[in-house]
Amino acid sequence: MNNPLRKLSGFAAVLLIALLINLTYVQVFNANALRQKPGNSRTVLGEYDRQRGPITVGNKSIATSTPTQGQFSYARTYPEGSLYAHTTGYYSLLYGASGLERVENSILSGTDDRLLVDRLSQLLAGRAPKGGSVQTTLIPDAQRTALRQLKGRRGAVLAIDPSTGAILAMVSSPTFDPNQLASPNAATEREAWSKLQNDEDSPLLNRSIAQVYPPGSTFKLVTAAAALSTGKYTKKSSIYGPASLKLPLSNNRLPNQNGKACGTNNKTTLENAIRISCNTALANLGLVIGNDVIADQAEKFGFNQSFDIPLSSATSVYPRDIDRPQTALSAIGQFDVRSTVLQMALVAAGIGNQGVVMKPYLVAQTRGPDLAVLDATTPTVFSQAVSADVAAQLRDMMVTVVKRGTGRRAAIPGIQVAGKTGTAQQGNGKPPHAWFVSFAPAKNPKVAVAVIIEDGDGSTEISGGRLAAPIARAVMEAVLNQ
Amino acid sequence: MTNPVTVAPTNIKQRRFAELFLLVLAIAISTAGYIAASLGYTNAMPTDLWLVVGVCSALFLTAHLAIRKLAPYADPLLLPLAAFLNLIGLVLIHRLDLADAARAERAGRSIPRADAIAQLTWTAVGIILFVAVLVILRDHRILQRFTYTALVLGVTLLILPLLPFIGTSINGARLWLRVGPLSFQPAEMAKLCLIVFLAGYLVVKRDALATARSRVLGVDLPRGRDLGPLLIAWVASMGVLVFQRDLGTALLFFGLFILLLYVATERRSWLLLGSILFVAGAGLAYFAFGHVQQRFDVWLHPFSDPNGTAFQIVQSLFGLAAGGVLGTGLGLGNPQFVPFAKTDFIMATAGEELGLAGLIVILMIYAVLAQRGFRIAVSARDAFGTLLAGGLSIVIVLQVFIVVGGVTRLIPLTGLTTPFLSYGGSSLVANWIIIALLVRISDGARKPAPPVRPSRDEALTQVVQL
Repeated sequence: MNNPLRKLSGFAAVLLIALLINLTYVQVFNANALRQKPGNSRTVLGEYDRQRGPITVGNKSIATSTPTQGQFSYARTYPEGSLYAHTTGYYSLLYGASGLERVENSILSGTDDRLLVDRLSQLLAGRAPKGGSVQTTLIPDAQRTALRQLKGRRGAVLAIDPSTGAILAMVSSPTFDPNQLASPNAATEREAWSKLQNDEDSPLLNRSIAQVYPPGSTFKLVTAAAALSTGKYTKKSSIYGPASLKLPLSNNRLPNQNGKACGTNNKTTLENAIRISCNTALANLGLVIGNDVIADQAEKFGFNQSFDIPLSSATSVYPRDIDRPQTALSAIGQFDVRSTVLQMALVAAGIGNQGVVMKPYLVAQTRGPDLAVLDATTPTVFSQAVSADVAAQLRDMMVTVVKRGTGRRAAIPGIQVAGKTGTAQQGNGKPPHAWFVSFAPAKNPKVAVAVIIEDGDGSTEISGGRLAAPIARAVMEAVLNQ
Repeated sequence: MTNPVTVAPTNIKQRRFAELFLLVLAIAISTAGYIAASLGYTNAMPTDLWLVVGVCSALFLTAHLAIRKLAPYADPLLLPLAAFLNLIGLVLIHRLDLADAARAERAGRSIPRADAIAQLTWTAVGIILFVAVLVILRDHRILQRFTYTALVLGVTLLILPLLPFIGTSINGARLWLRVGPLSFQPAEMAKLCLIVFLAGYLVVKRDALATARSRVLGVDLPRGRDLGPLLIAWVASMGVLVFQRDLGTALLFFGLFILLLYVATERRSWLLLGSILFVAGAGLAYFAFGHVQQRFDVWLHPFSDPNGTAFQIVQSLFGLAAGGVLGTGLGLGNPQFVPFAKTDFIMATAGEELGLAGLIVILMIYAVLAQRGFRIAVSARDAFGTLLAGGLSIVIVLQVFIVVGGVTRLIPLTGLTTPFLSYGGSSLVANWIIIALLVRISDGARKPAPPVRPSRDEALTQVVQL
């Protein structure tokens, strides 16, 4: 019987080794994946017991952790409440995190690999590890102005520094109060959440980067850029602009808003067509230069891809492989063309920055708990969308839009402003979206801005100039007054 | 020394001081753990520290003295290893008590009775029975007389929970006996009875069983009448366990049967037959029983329903992952998130707060315990002792593997207690009796032979019994 017993003893050793190998896998190699599984309450609780780093605008905290006497050691508060809601996002025990709270979590929670040494030294010193901080590029005045100007209507404002790509204002309206979702009281949090979820205006949606809209007439800038870049056109070129354009391959006609031709003998200049936002002229121009040329130009401005600022933007779309009537509609920003507010701000910024589109960014720098800079964003070029010469012609056209065209309400006394209105038809009887994109000062701009007001104000009249332009103007002034 | 007639040869060491030293070490480490758990969780010293440490010290010292007096040649590692596991279990249960108390306080309920104190009481009962076994059972061979009594008792114990009035269903498995305020899980005692039966039965029948009488599908099968009682025991325990839905115990008993048959007959055909039966049985159970199928599915895809059927195993894995290599430290994790943290999932608690390092220590203790058991089996002077010690060791190995493997998702999860660690009186008491039996057998194996051994011929005794 001894022989089988010795073998069994060996069998026991095999079983033990199997257990140990499996445990090593679970507790060492698979541990991180398990910790990051959704629904792992230990991970969330662990973060609640640690002082999470602040999110700042300049030196001011817009999200901060303060010690409390409760179930958790710290409470997350947002001193400015709803003003920076879509930037900070929320940090909820029950519903996870959004915004910078989510994408910069490793820095804020202190779990980033770059903070390992710091974490160990804190541990050895017997102190609880703290999180690092995230400094945004936002300008408080611009932010405040934008939110005030939107007046709670559904819409968004995004302002950008054309020469660096730094985002100066990012406001989505209506907004929400992230404090309500960071409540230590689960019942309060649940109530606030269901209220936000059931709100028809979707306050949690970041309309400035996470939502796409038909860009309407603001897209005419891209079509004009494409035409100018072919070298066959200048802003003075005479183009065909009748009262209504017969679309090829069909019996449909594309009319101008006011039902009139854009110039005498159905002829106008490119500059004038942009100034009065002539549909037929730009649609016909699109047909002449072809869809691929417009698509290439649109992609140089950033269409058909998303940006991580580091919040992920939705992908703005310019369609390829479409027929000629669809090309005509796409050339004026209708049909299947979709753009985020960020994307149209990039178009304006690129034109203002001599054709160079800078990569947009929201985070200026991240710091460790010891305030040492971990990562500072250096402005990088996204693309040379158009040549400096083409950019200058586009700028001049946009200046006339504000001076004598559809965008007069964006004018700032003493400062030359370049802009473009947009009224995007939604079809199915809904009122059009009101758009405005602009930058100022026109030469060497300090700010570019894109504004959208959803569903205009019920009229089908051009509302971009009337509704959106004053908001753009106020935000630009706020930045320029810095 | 205690027996003036016996003159111990100088080459046989009793090593009782090694035992005492290890015991003191185990108590010291566990005391530190007990304090650490309270400090970690509440930042305060445990209020009942000296009571707990005092009672534990007194209990294990008593056990140590009993060994000195009643089994001086016993293996010196058995008691300290078992005591250490028992103490670690107390520390972990105490730590979970703290979480329970805090939860009750937050919810405004009255603070529940501390389970650690109940476990301490059961430890006392276990030690009393440990000493009682050593006192009453001066020679383990006496047990051989009770071979069939053990079978009847074991099967009865298994059937009892199915009876109305005294049987109780707890957490979906009908494996509890309830008499007044006391509930008791008879499977643990049935386990002991079946080992005694198997050892006694196989000693007599092993030659008959090893002699092939018929060949079926290339497998040598013994005669029907040699196999009969074995089959009855097997079918009874399996059948009852199926009705009780206690898969873990069924697996344990099945493994015990097959492995002990292999040891007794030295025939590998038993292992083959066992494997075939296991696969067939598992397949049949998978298709016949919804709960078996569910266990299996949960094992394969725990994250397809992490908040439903797979909640337990997923929480267990989260706990283990949170622990990592070194653990969160006692009182600093959240092992109370795992359901049944004090019983079936006590190893998840250990894994979270003591880490992989702590689990390796605990598993090594079990490994050493089992290896000592196998050694005792090999060195036993009689076949019954060999089979008894072998059976007890097999049970320790299989039980630890089934429960730890289940909790860590190496194998499908089946409910079983972790020997000495889990909260629960029946299991603790039964395991202390196992240790007592091993102590008794090892003492018999290592003590110098008495001058004369008249009329102790094994074959003769067996003839008389038949």
